[in-house]
Amino acid sequence: MKIPLSYSFRNLWARRLTTVLTVSGMSLVVFVFASVLMLSEGLRKTLAETGSYDNVIVIRRASNSETMSGVDRSQASVVEAQPEIAIGKDGQRLLAKEIVVLVNLVKRASDKPALIQVRGISDLSLPLRPQVKLIEGRMPRSGSYEIIAGSSIAQKYKGAGLGESLRFALRDWIVVGIFDAGNTGYNSEIWGKADQLMQAFRRNVYSSVLFKLRNSSEFPGLKEKIESDPRLTLEAKREPKYYADQSEMMTMFLSILGISLTVIFSLGAIIGAMITMYAAVANRTSEIGTLRALGFRRRSILLAFVIESVLLGLVGGFVGLFFASFMQFITISTMNWQTFSDLAFSFALTGRIIYQSLIFSFIMGFVGGVLPAIRASRMNIVDALRAA
Amino acid sequence: MQILKLLVKNSFRHKLRTFLTVLGIAIAILAFGLLRTVVSAWYVGVEASSASRLVTRNSISLIFSLPLSYKDKIRQIPGVKNVSYAYWFGGVYISEKNFIPNFAVEAKTIFDLWPEFVLNEKEKNDFLRDRKAGVAGRKVAKKYGWKIGDTITLKGTIFPGNWDFTLRGIYKGAYKGTDETQFFFHWDYLNESLKKTDPARADRVGWFTVNVENPDHAAEVATAIDKAFKNSLAETLTETERAFQMGFVAMTEAIIIAVQMVSFVVIIIIMAVMANTMAMTARERIGEYAIMKTLGFGGWHIAGLIFGESFVIAFMGCALGILATFPAAKAFGDAMSTYFPVFNVQRQTIYLDVAAAFIVSAVAGVFPAWRAVKLRIAEGLRRIG
Amino acid sequence: METKSPIVRITNLYKSYRRGSQIIPVLQDINLDIADGEFLALMGPSGSGKSTLLNLIAGIDKADSGSISVGGVEIIGLSETELAKWRSSNVGFIFQFYNLIPVLTAFENVELPLLLTGLSRRERKEHVKMALRIVNLADRMDHYPSQLSGGQQQRVAIARAVVTDPALLVADEPTGDLDRVSAKEVLDLMERLVHDLGKTIIMVTHDPRAAEMAHIIKHLDKGVLNADTQASR
Repeated sequence: MKIPLSYSFRNLWARRLTTVLTVSGMSLVVFVFASVLMLSEGLRKTLAETGSYDNVIVIRRASNSETMSGVDRSQASVVEAQPEIAIGKDGQRLLAKEIVVLVNLVKRASDKPALIQVRGISDLSLPLRPQVKLIEGRMPRSGSYEIIAGSSIAQKYKGAGLGESLRFALRDWIVVGIFDAGNTGYNSEIWGKADQLMQAFRRNVYSSVLFKLRNSSEFPGLKEKIESDPRLTLEAKREPKYYADQSEMMTMFLSILGISLTVIFSLGAIIGAMITMYAAVANRTSEIGTLRALGFRRRSILLAFVIESVLLGLVGGFVGLFFASFMQFITISTMNWQTFSDLAFSFALTGRIIYQSLIFSFIMGFVGGVLPAIRASRMNIVDALRAA
Repeated sequence: MQILKLLVKNSFRHKLRTFLTVLGIAIAILAFGLLRTVVSAWYVGVEASSASRLVTRNSISLIFSLPLSYKDKIRQIPGVKNVSYAYWFGGVYISEKNFIPNFAVEAKTIFDLWPEFVLNEKEKNDFLRDRKAGVAGRKVAKKYGWKIGDTITLKGTIFPGNWDFTLRGIYKGAYKGTDETQFFFHWDYLNESLKKTDPARADRVGWFTVNVENPDHAAEVATAIDKAFKNSLAETLTETERAFQMGFVAMTEAIIIAVQMVSFVVIIIIMAVMANTMAMTARERIGEYAIMKTLGFGGWHIAGLIFGESFVIAFMGCALGILATFPAAKAFGDAMSTYFPVFNVQRQTIYLDVAAAFIVSAVAGVFPAWRAVKLRIAEGLRRIG
Repeated sequence: METKSPIVRITNLYKSYRRGSQIIPVLQDINLDIADGEFLALMGPSGSGKSTLLNLIAGIDKADSGSISVGGVEIIGLSETELAKWRSSNVGFIFQFYNLIPVLTAFENVELPLLLTGLSRRERKEHVKMALRIVNLADRMDHYPSQLSGGQQQRVAIARAVVTDPALLVADEPTGDLDRVSAKEVLDLMERLVHDLGKTIIMVTHDPRAAEMAHIIKHLDKGVLNADTQASR
């Protein structure tokens, strides 16, 4: 590349306004692109990390989510008796039978309602979930109408803070503790004692059974056993897979929407870049002629203009990524269409997303600039020199 | 007309640049139109709701059922014309990707409560007579190629097992915004089966739909219904259908707000692109403008030409964008039919498109026009050489 | 009279332009020898083809037929790539509007032709400084063209033209955009290039003052060379 890079750089700087406008267009596209990727990644992370690989969740066959599932006591006992379940230090099986229902809560900020998952837990529920830690208060006592709330719920919903109380099923339930579950979906839940909740809601069946495998490789065999047992109408999934399946619909929706937007916007950004570069070429016609006269090859001219355009794209890419990275501070709370419960998740920026965004901005810059660059390189020297 | 001709000719002086600008604007208008259509599709349930219908459900949440016996009590509340009930069945047709809203309903009252589901007499009677009958909306029947007489099998998720239904009717929506993707069947059929397999869940419904005599008294009737069941085992929450639908929308509000914000940003960006083009063009023509001033054209004349050209380009782009919006919306709607049963481009969106183009061209023309007005002839002439 | 060997030898040169379906002849059967170290002015009315002739000799345009030999190299028949390479070390350009790259400093503008050679950074710097000294603008090397007067810009252009030490310099209306004083400076400089450095200069001009500086004046009219006019020198 014989023509110095500074030529391309400085020409962008010389036409500052145009450069800024074009870069803004590019950065917006990259911002949308990166944000959509970050949203999907954040969603995937929240749901997928909400679960340990060695844990298995058993629900009713084809029920899709705990809220629609029902595991009656006898079936739960059959599961409990399986030898593949890990045994804890005190000799008890690391297994929890839980019930999950949806309850309407009202948001503090907007007074708008949302459906929140309320989970009835047993003694081993917390140990089975190492991602969850009690950060304030204490666990609910057996036989009491006490509950603990995920930190996200305590913050956002009326009556869910420490010491406050919620009313449902004709009773008042006092929040005696707050737990933090990191990025996982548990943060959007309220937990109470399973027996208490079952009694209050007059439900006699559990929603799910959660247990830890004594040996992770035994899962396929165990799954087969449970699912082909004629006494049971259940299916078993590894916890992470269960949660990943739950987000399928939302992920697909966001992907389609995001990709459509990105495609349309990128076309717009490319056109913006084309207009800019064609104008640049038109303005510098005599310069191009001079360079050719001095002996610079067509190739060098082509490359110089392509570089200019790619620079526009890359700068737009960095700016877009910069702003997109701030999205990491935002949490979105929306209804998960498969479970109907409210889900809070945030945007996650990964190295892969950065890399993809930059490639994308590079390609946009390239496509926008290649045709004008070709025009520049194909100019006839004499005609170019004649232009004022 | 002469002026219009001049403006068009001027715009095409720089064919490639004008073409690209028009294309850019068309794309932006298309994006804006699609985004607005997505937002309006979200509210379609709300828009389609009837003012004279109330929804009564369990006050805890939608997943808790109500006893069937409540029906008679509700019927007796003053102001209530008719009551029907339904259960969200949540069955899966072949695979989970094929999302179809399906319900078990009270067959004899459903069409009274929902006059917008239009079914011819024969199909209606066939449905009523056959316990195992099902009725599907026109869109979903078309999507999966269902014909009257077909056996439709749903895999139960809430109510386990494989459930077979015979398709006895295909309903059409009375309005453009009516959901034609639903499938419903006899609640009695479901209940009979439950009595045998899961008696604890029998004789219950998901919600009641109440037709009020006078929509103006809807709020009072709703309060009266809830009062009737206060302190019972299953307390109710009754709201207008519109409020009920809005509840769902509110839960996914965050996404809607994001989409709306993005659509406004799109407009701002087109403005920038358009402004850039007009500024470039004006900069190149400074010499010409100076000459025109020497010939006696006032600064305002020239400003008019600049705005005129800006409008011509913007409206060409707008028209192209609007034309493209319809096929694009169709394609998008088909791809997303699982999420949006109704995906129509509203007239309001078109008006907004035009308004946007108007604003964009005005803003784009302002700076160059101002410069043209202020231009000193000698300075402009110097630029020619 | 010394018989210097002709550095440029043109034989039976024809050039025409096509405009639509019409063919317009511009140069008809040009035969011309230019001796090494000569300062030639090409004059003639508008449309006479003098710029075209200059462009052909400089290798930036292609003739229809005939032969142009510059420094022993037959340039008709060279490919574009070969011509580009040839130009970079054999021809220096001086344009009416200077044609400096606005975003590059005087130094960088002069350096441009050297980027096509294999010289190291340090060597390039030496050459550039020397060229700028010849035109007396060494102190302005970090200025941008917009910060220089017309005359100064033209001198930078001249520095650029000589930095690769080509034997031949072509100038198209070099004083066309300059005031009287600057024009004189530039012309004196060009004379020095011929006299002190042995360059050959072919100059197209309308300017009688410029023509005065040349050794030989040739007239071109309707594509045909007229008889020589000996200049006053």
